[in-house]
Amino acid sequence: MAELTYRDAVAAGIAQEMERDQSVVFLGEDIAAAGGVFKATVGLLEKFGPRRVRDTPIAEQAILGAAMGAAMTGLKPIAEIMFSDFLAVCWDLVANEIAKTRYMTNGQISLPLVIRTGNGGGSRFGAQHSQSVENWAMAIPGLKVVAPSTPADAKGLLAAAIRDPDPVIFFEHKALYSTKGEVPDGEHVDTLGTAAIRRQGSDLTIAALGLMVPRALEAAEKLQAEHGISATVIDVRSLVPLDLQTIFSAVSKTGRFYTVEENPRLCGWGAEISSLVAEELFWDLDAPITRITTPHVPLPAADRLEDLTIPSAARIVATILRTMD
Amino acid sequence: MALSKVETAAGSRPQANDEIDAATRLALYRSQFEIRTVEKRAYDLFLQNLIKGTSHLAIGQEAIAAGFGTSMKHGDWSFCTYRGHAHTLARGSSMTGVLGELMGRECGLMGGKGGSMHLTDVEKGVMGSYAIIGAHLPIAMGAAWSAQYRGTDQVAVCFFGDGTTNIGAFHEALSMAAIWKLPVVFVCENNLYMEYTPISAVTPVKNPAADRASAYGLERILIDGNDADVVYRTAQSAIARARAGEGPSLIEALTYRHHGHSRADPGKYRPAEEVEVWMKRDPIPLYRQRLIDFGVPESAILAMEDEIRQAVDQATEAAKASRPPADELIYKDVWADGGWAWRN
Repeated sequence: MAELTYRDAVAAGIAQEMERDQSVVFLGEDIAAAGGVFKATVGLLEKFGPRRVRDTPIAEQAILGAAMGAAMTGLKPIAEIMFSDFLAVCWDLVANEIAKTRYMTNGQISLPLVIRTGNGGGSRFGAQHSQSVENWAMAIPGLKVVAPSTPADAKGLLAAAIRDPDPVIFFEHKALYSTKGEVPDGEHVDTLGTAAIRRQGSDLTIAALGLMVPRALEAAEKLQAEHGISATVIDVRSLVPLDLQTIFSAVSKTGRFYTVEENPRLCGWGAEISSLVAEELFWDLDAPITRITTPHVPLPAADRLEDLTIPSAARIVATILRTMD
Repeated sequence: MALSKVETAAGSRPQANDEIDAATRLALYRSQFEIRTVEKRAYDLFLQNLIKGTSHLAIGQEAIAAGFGTSMKHGDWSFCTYRGHAHTLARGSSMTGVLGELMGRECGLMGGKGGSMHLTDVEKGVMGSYAIIGAHLPIAMGAAWSAQYRGTDQVAVCFFGDGTTNIGAFHEALSMAAIWKLPVVFVCENNLYMEYTPISAVTPVKNPAADRASAYGLERILIDGNDADVVYRTAQSAIARARAGEGPSLIEALTYRHHGHSRADPGKYRPAEEVEVWMKRDPIPLYRQRLIDFGVPESAILAMEDEIRQAVDQATEAAKASRPPADELIYKDVWADGGWAWRN
């Protein structure tokens, strides 16, 4: 095991797959010579050369179109969309073309590609560079949606996404890039569509994603230490496919279910999971399900306001205590 | 639009050293006549309510699809629009497959899952028909990138209408194709109307594609899209250039659709004189006369036409006889494993 930052783990995942498979190519804005605006792709140009690691113009439709055209003709492209907010300027390629082409062509066309993107808030960048848009991607049939919360997952799930024969939108959290964690040595490939239990508890279950995972864990420790409440924390990791069995199994043991979501409230990923828990696990529940989300507002820029907007460990604790009265 | 300054049919009269051989000329006519006959049949099937939804016919624009289809090699890729029946047929796709798809039958090219606007036949190099304006230009560029990366001599040809020149994806694709010198040929079929509105009313330059070529460091190419020989020669040189690693081309081919934009559009917004001028430039009688000028006996042409009509009749009957798609198809092929599962 080596300790890596989340950003270095991303680069390690890409490098691992580019080394083993010549059909893996990588393109995006400032990814090559500059090593990425978040420094998550440092060293890849030097290692693999400009033929395989290509800087592009600021042209997101061209980036995703290039990835799609290359994927349907034998390559396995990784495309970077610098900030996930920019998915909105190439959403046609994502939602109408990449997601639907296999289905519409009756399986004639395969699109083994990955769209990596910097997602989420906490950086004081304001409403157009801080959004959590994983729920946008989740709403479109034909896309796999993954969001790692640890360096090990950044590498292992990215490697799995690159090897996957279907299009995967890979949401890296900008506020996690500098975090550190153990990453297995040697080749590391995880499995898409699997959640991870980060903490075992007996009183309630929290499902979280991305940056909300460490916050949920922090909240769980406080609940335990200060209130004697024991929480299970599940890192959902993959929204599509969704590992409901892991969530169901935890909820049926604890009887209480919470989601912690960075996306704004309406149609957030937790709404779907909550509805499934309510439909299929209703008689195992001891209390109403509670969703803890960013309120339904665009994100403000000022540090004080942004911190109050995105769920914090303190808000998670307070919400859970209120609902356990 | 006047054609006086456009490259018109330099080879429209027999020339001693004409480089287009007799077999190619017959192939160009055959392709055009096939497309016309299938498109007319599609129109009839609409009136009989056997084809539902919408359809965008290429009647009047056949010479472009035929000129390129005849120039492309096996392994080259076509990227088409919602007005894509012509370009699909021009690559040799089955008429039954095309008509079956339009009719929503099991025998359709995509088993009925795509419909008229999304004809795809990967075996024939038809890498999809795209119904969102502009989307397929970057995708074709990406296929060309793949050919360049893998070191094959494959070429991507991307067909689109004049209206596409005003959307952002056009610019992004042209720009990156030019920077990376990719083997892609962009073919703008300028039929003078974006949908209902004249393209001239919504475009700051006279020739929406050709006048913009210089922005990408590309040659200005404006041709008569109703003359299959002109299209064929232009296609040959653009494809050869792409194969040789000399980069992309942007071609504007002037043409005219005889019908409205889609099934719902009778095309009443077009001045009668304009329609009259262009109907006289119908590519099919024009090319038929050329075959005769080149000494092809009319009896041979009649025999070919008759053979095509019979083939279209047979394809129509085969498509009519085909079943609707099986209900299970709804849940097939969302993912590469053939299924649609999103949860465990």
